Amino acid sequence: MSSRIFGSGIRRREDPRLITGSATYTHDIVLPGMVHAAMLRSSHAHARITRIDTEKARVAPGVVAVYTGADIEGALQPVPCAWLLPDSQLRIAPYPCIAKDVVRYTGDIVAAVVAETPYQAQDALDLIEVHYDPLPTVTDPEKAAGDDAPQLHAKDINGDDIPGNQAFHWTVAGGGDLDAAFAEAEANGVVIKERILQQRLIPNAMEPRGAVAQYTRATGELTLWNTTQNPHIVRFLCSVVTGVPEDKLRVIAPEVGGGFGSKIAVYPADFVTVFCSKTLGRPVKWIETRSENYQATTHGRDHVQDIELAATKDGKITGLRCTVHAGMGAYLSTAAPGIPTILHGLMLSGCYTIPALKEDVYGVYTNGVPVEAYRGAGRPEATFMLERLIDMLANELDLDPADVRRRNFIPKFDDGHEVVTTLNYDSGDYPGALDKLIEHTGYQALREKQKAGPSNGKYLGLGLSSYVEICGLGPSQVAGAIGFQGGLWESAIVRFHPTGKVHVFIGASPHGQGEETTFAQIVASEIGVDAGDVKIFHGDTDSTPMGWGTYGSRTTAVGGAALALAVRKIRDKAKVLAAHLLEASVEDMDYEDGKFFVKGSPDKAKTIQDIALMANVAWNLPEGMEAGLEATTFYDPPNFVFPYGAHLAVVEVDASTGQVELTGYTALDDCGPQINPVIVEGQVHGGIVQGVGQALWEGAAYDESGQLITGSMLDYALPRADLLPELDVISTVTRSPHHPLGVKGIGEAGTIASTSAVYNAVMDALKPLGVKRVDMPFTPERVWRAIQEAKGS
Amino acid sequence: MFAADFEYYRAGSVAEAGQLLAAHPGAKLLAGGHSLIPLLKLRLAAPAAVIDIGRIAELRGISTDGDGLRIGALTTHAEIAASDTVKEHAAALAEAASQIGDPAVRNRGTIGGNLAHADPASDLPTVLAALGATMTVKGSGGERTIDAADFFTGMMATSLGDNDLLTAIRVPSAAGRGNAYVKFSHPASRYAVIGVAASIGIGTTGGGWMAKIKGEPKETVCTDVAVAIGGLVPKPLRCSAVEAALKDQAPSEPAFAAAAAAVSGDLGDDLLGDVFASGDYRKAVASVYVQRAIEAAAGRVG
Ligand SMILES: Cc1cc2nc3c(=O)[nH]c(=O)nc-3n(C[C@H](O)[C@H](O)[C@H](O)COP(=O)(O)OP(=O)(O)OC[C@H]3O[C@@H](n4cnc5c(N)ncnc54)[C@H](O)[C@@H]3O)c2cc1C
Repeated sequence: MSSRIFGSGIRRREDPRLITGSATYTHDIVLPGMVHAAMLRSSHAHARITRIDTEKARVAPGVVAVYTGADIEGALQPVPCAWLLPDSQLRIAPYPCIAKDVVRYTGDIVAAVVAETPYQAQDALDLIEVHYDPLPTVTDPEKAAGDDAPQLHAKDINGDDIPGNQAFHWTVAGGGDLDAAFAEAEANGVVIKERILQQRLIPNAMEPRGAVAQYTRATGELTLWNTTQNPHIVRFLCSVVTGVPEDKLRVIAPEVGGGFGSKIAVYPADFVTVFCSKTLGRPVKWIETRSENYQATTHGRDHVQDIELAATKDGKITGLRCTVHAGMGAYLSTAAPGIPTILHGLMLSGCYTIPALKEDVYGVYTNGVPVEAYRGAGRPEATFMLERLIDMLANELDLDPADVRRRNFIPKFDDGHEVVTTLNYDSGDYPGALDKLIEHTGYQALREKQKAGPSNGKYLGLGLSSYVEICGLGPSQVAGAIGFQGGLWESAIVRFHPTGKVHVFIGASPHGQGEETTFAQIVASEIGVDAGDVKIFHGDTDSTPMGWGTYGSRTTAVGGAALALAVRKIRDKAKVLAAHLLEASVEDMDYEDGKFFVKGSPDKAKTIQDIALMANVAWNLPEGMEAGLEATTFYDPPNFVFPYGAHLAVVEVDASTGQVELTGYTALDDCGPQINPVIVEGQVHGGIVQGVGQALWEGAAYDESGQLITGSMLDYALPRADLLPELDVISTVTRSPHHPLGVKGIGEAGTIASTSAVYNAVMDALKPLGVKRVDMPFTPERVWRAIQEAKGS
Repeated sequence: MFAADFEYYRAGSVAEAGQLLAAHPGAKLLAGGHSLIPLLKLRLAAPAAVIDIGRIAELRGISTDGDGLRIGALTTHAEIAASDTVKEHAAALAEAASQIGDPAVRNRGTIGGNLAHADPASDLPTVLAALGATMTVKGSGGERTIDAADFFTGMMATSLGDNDLLTAIRVPSAAGRGNAYVKFSHPASRYAVIGVAASIGIGTTGGGWMAKIKGEPKETVCTDVAVAIGGLVPKPLRCSAVEAALKDQAPSEPAFAAAAAAVSGDLGDDLLGDVFASGDYRKAVASVYVQRAIEAAAGRVG
């Protein structure tokens, strides 16, 4: 049994309810007496509020209450930032739940209406008159750091100034003498310089955000249904903001329709919903519209990156120096400071031996939506820097990009390799991955085809991306050292019922990734029950043990490990009980596929179901053994896990129009042993497509006054199936040496690799036309203009 | 995305729709809803009443008579895209309908709604302008027909009056001609950034008595050239410079390229653009799409 269920692509048990519409999302929660909240968002990106007139709204049909910033004072604390980046001059600006004096982006809430129906709430919003005194705006992070930029915040939460809109300045430096490396490269080698814009992206989870709050005055208890990736963190922070003690606060993440990072943060609107319920004593529902999601739910990326790479004439990297201006938006979202720093800067060595590097990251306040983790979170931006600069180095030296990668790869290792950024990678074979990809895709033949020149005005381009990423976050001691205001362990409770059926209560809270299936597979393979006999409970803080959330590809890597260890505890206990029942000594016992038997007598076995019954009835337990068959574990990982791989993108560019077509894509990923290869493939597909989206289509754009121009799906281009080729997904298997199951994460790998693969491919296609750089996304106009400019020069 | 309050009526027949329109000034007709509902939800439109014509069977269907195609106003994009009759008589129309939005939009959206809405980025107005279609309209004063050239009066504006119902579209028979539609889609909305429809006949010139005396061979040339462009202009534009440049020319790559290049003369300088594709850029690449459309149309003759 064990060998079959671990690694088999059984169907996701989540899917029947999801695809038949019978799943229960936050929006599906309907409670007696429930009323509906709607948030009035600022119509300016930066302005002083001079007056708010709510009278007409208050008397509108169905309206129960209207609240403004003045009403919540004292009742709601500012929204906390929970990643206090050390040694970075971190300046946290006050992040009010409802703006009172100044609005700083068009998602700032200025008033909330509660009405009997959502329509009435919306009608009343239109009746609120807000008088604004507009202020100058800035949405570009580099400009926001400039001398004459408008200043967003007067003081931080400690009363200190925030000069230059600078939220933090973080540095990572390691290895040898970087200046010497650059001096040597200037003199005898090559220095490659590039500016890369990682545009703002809108996460676009299929389900928008929302909350239903039910406060019971008689008991002082609050239940909050919330679209979140981490209900326990919401409980923790909601308690801080609303004052409801943690023991009286129950957070339920019902079915959650994707997050991609945008449902990590805690949000003003959710706390305002709680406030409304507390104040009115009635259940209150707030669900954002898609336009509101674009305007107020966290965005991703937004880096201005300046990079310099030093190398020898034969293509060996000797140093890397970068400065990043990371747009943070108007306020620091919950985990925001850690994304462009810890999850980015620490990965700057990538798959390569880089003898010396330094990066300065400036987190900058801008008049935009707060920026948070977005699938890959910091790592795509790091991979991109390296993979782009390596391609540029190859061009400069007239070498094949694959060769330059090979000259710099860290050699294969299987039990630890330390890089200059202090990280200790667990295991990897980067040269092996690239070699296999190149062989599998017929890369050389494609290069030959390319040499034949354009066909029908279409230029062929090939783009490689070798990546390693950090996930399975992470050791709690490291979390503490890097200022993360929480632990990063996971816990699981496994309970066997008398009939041998199993309940698992787990802290991790998947929201579309399929872990109800893979967790059941873990239990099945560890103790020989049928996967169908295992039910997984998650997402309710009253019934599950503490968990630190689903992000950073950590749910299977950390939560899955906790689960496996809990099941192993049960196995140990079961073995003792089996020995007792078979009147043998524990040392003489064997276990296989759910059966415990005396060595050499497998025919006289006790099944795990037998043991579950005997443990639960407790008629005949060994001396000192407790009744029941249940175990709890807290698993704090000893290290992160480091999945890796190599991707190849193939594109065709029509030089007459600038249209880019992705014609082929192959991904080789190594996430260790795959619990369910079909789910792995699904994660890889989704990840690749989101990364391709950044390269080719997506980008949030603000105008000079800070209004979001790409305010709906009519303007913000998401990837669509018919614009993508068949994705070719292959893999290798390298165990993580420190993980109980050897597994690594796979949720973000596709995104981490694919943006740079596609970018490199397009630039490769444009090489014969003399084009040197184009900003993402590659809209036809940008590509066409770059071609025209290159022609002109 | 919450529409303001409105009253909802469902019309069972064309006559009833007319009565309801007369009884509710300012009311909006609802066909497939794929342009109107978004406007209502964004509160860009807030009519007091909405009259649903979506179930009027007499407004649906595709047929032919001696003069060409007749398409009921409520016929969906999907029905048009899948219709062999349309493919045979007006391939460009089926081709355009098949590229509208996505399957959901094509299954709900109707040709009548598309034309009445007259979005400059729509596909069907461009095709119908090139094919010389006429619209059948029922108003308070009875039925009348309007040429495509007169139907579209500006950006999202038509010659339909308040109480008018578009009932059918007639497309003249394209016998002996080939036609095609080529589109540059916006990757987000799927609407046309540039859309070009072409209809071309191929015949012979020369062969008059003088030529016969001189013994000159007959020459194969493009006849009946009609080209319309949309997406970058407020309403579908017939490209007379392109048409003139191609007419009586032998069909060849250089002739197509030269004719297509003439589109810049047709377009002028005041073109629609957005963050995704500026007017200048659209103008610069328009000839590529024009050339593709006329080549495809010429390739379908016969
Ligand atoms: C996501 C999306 C993508 C789209 N992409 C494209 C695209 O690529 N190309 C394209 O061309 N279109 C596109 N559309 C628009 C689509 O074709 C619509 O279906 C069409 O424009 C309107 O048709 P409807 O039947 O839905 O009309 P409705 O929305 O019901 O009505 C639209 C307007 O026409 C009026 N009207 C409707 N029927 C009549 C009638 N018989 N007589 C008089 N007035 C009438 C209505 O009162 C209303 O003002 C897209 C729409 C969406 C939502």
